[in-house]
Amino acid sequence: MTTMDNMTTDTEPFSLSLERRGLSLKRAKLMTLQVNTGLLCNLACRHCHLEAGPARKEMMSAATVQQVLAFARRFPFTVIDVTGGAPEMNPHILDLLGGLAELTPRLLLRSNLVAMSGALREKLVEFCCAAKVVIIASFPALNEAQAEAQRGKGVFSKSLEVLRYLNGQGYGQVDSGLELDLVSNPAGAFMPANQEAQAHRFHELLHSKWGVIFNNLYSFANAPLGRFERWLRQQGNYQGYLAKLAQNFNATSLDGVMCRRLISVAWDGYLYDCDFNQAAGLPLGRVPTHISKLDILPGPGDAIAIADHCYACTAGGGFT
Amino acid sequence: METYYKPSDLPKFAQIGDDAPELAKKFFDYYGAVFEPGELSEREKSLIALAVAHAIQCPYCIDSYTQSCLEKGSNKAEMTEAIHVATAIRGGASLIHGLQMRNIADKISL
Repeated sequence: MTTMDNMTTDTEPFSLSLERRGLSLKRAKLMTLQVNTGLLCNLACRHCHLEAGPARKEMMSAATVQQVLAFARRFPFTVIDVTGGAPEMNPHILDLLGGLAELTPRLLLRSNLVAMSGALREKLVEFCCAAKVVIIASFPALNEAQAEAQRGKGVFSKSLEVLRYLNGQGYGQVDSGLELDLVSNPAGAFMPANQEAQAHRFHELLHSKWGVIFNNLYSFANAPLGRFERWLRQQGNYQGYLAKLAQNFNATSLDGVMCRRLISVAWDGYLYDCDFNQAAGLPLGRVPTHISKLDILPGPGDAIAIADHCYACTAGGGFT
Repeated sequence: METYYKPSDLPKFAQIGDDAPELAKKFFDYYGAVFEPGELSEREKSLIALAVAHAIQCPYCIDSYTQSCLEKGSNKAEMTEAIHVATAIRGGASLIHGLQMRNIADKISL
């Protein structure tokens, strides 16, 4: 039993916490389409809310890729965010990115970096450079032990190698128009570092120690879901972590949380308010809806499915 | 089991102000100001606090500043080095007093 668990009782449900403060979480104008290409991943990160990993078979099919493209043609999005699992491991990834690049001014590809390897890498990065795809890479810590405790052995040096490769292709370089952003999640049941201070330190040390440059760093809390939730419960950290997130509730973060302006499509084409609700099995509008069947987009004032994991997005600086 | 130190007391720290609110306010205002970023960053200040916590062996402070250091972006290697700094100063403080022992011993010895 940890110190934190000795100190805390059950946390107030997120919905009641909003109610008590006279707050609500409603949709704003939809801007972003998030596409999850599948749960197959070459890594099995211990904080992964989707429990992605090498043994997962769930993968977006060619038919669903076409349905996503048809959807994005019908409803233009300011941003389209492609994620996984490891999107690089979906055999239709180039078809998906190629189609989406023509339909949005800002296409994002999330990568664990390590999956950006082998024969596909050159072709994929060549495409990303040509289409000015923003690459958002997971890079949790500047410390090898912390990074590998979260992501697995050998990942730290391979990630640095891929970052240097991307820099070599122009990513992160001034005036290249090729944006390379990093995401840092805490390696455990504690709050993320202040984003601005963390970014300053990452810029300084990544450049001085490893010659790596990048554009922006996002520092986010881990969501108490999936594999991370199981670890929290096994370690007796769950209640303490939830209490910590709740204690750090920041009402001003509500405006910017991703679910207000985003719609998330899972590998099988079903829709959610966000990636975390996908992991929690909370469908958009509380009723399973397939992307091919959605005729009207959710709009300002519409309800968002909420649960206790929402404390992760409203703690501290928030999750945008 | 009853112990003098209770982890559940840590979040109740502010209760120390219940019977002396003005002094508590002065202390907590000062405490808050000390940990604001200044010439040193918040991360650096948390590492110093962690080292001091070990030097004064305060279990509340060790608990609190272990979490604080991690949340400011430090890692276990940095935190362990910080504790070695405290240990070196503590050990050095004992050892330098050895000169006092030697002076006294020399004075009264043949």
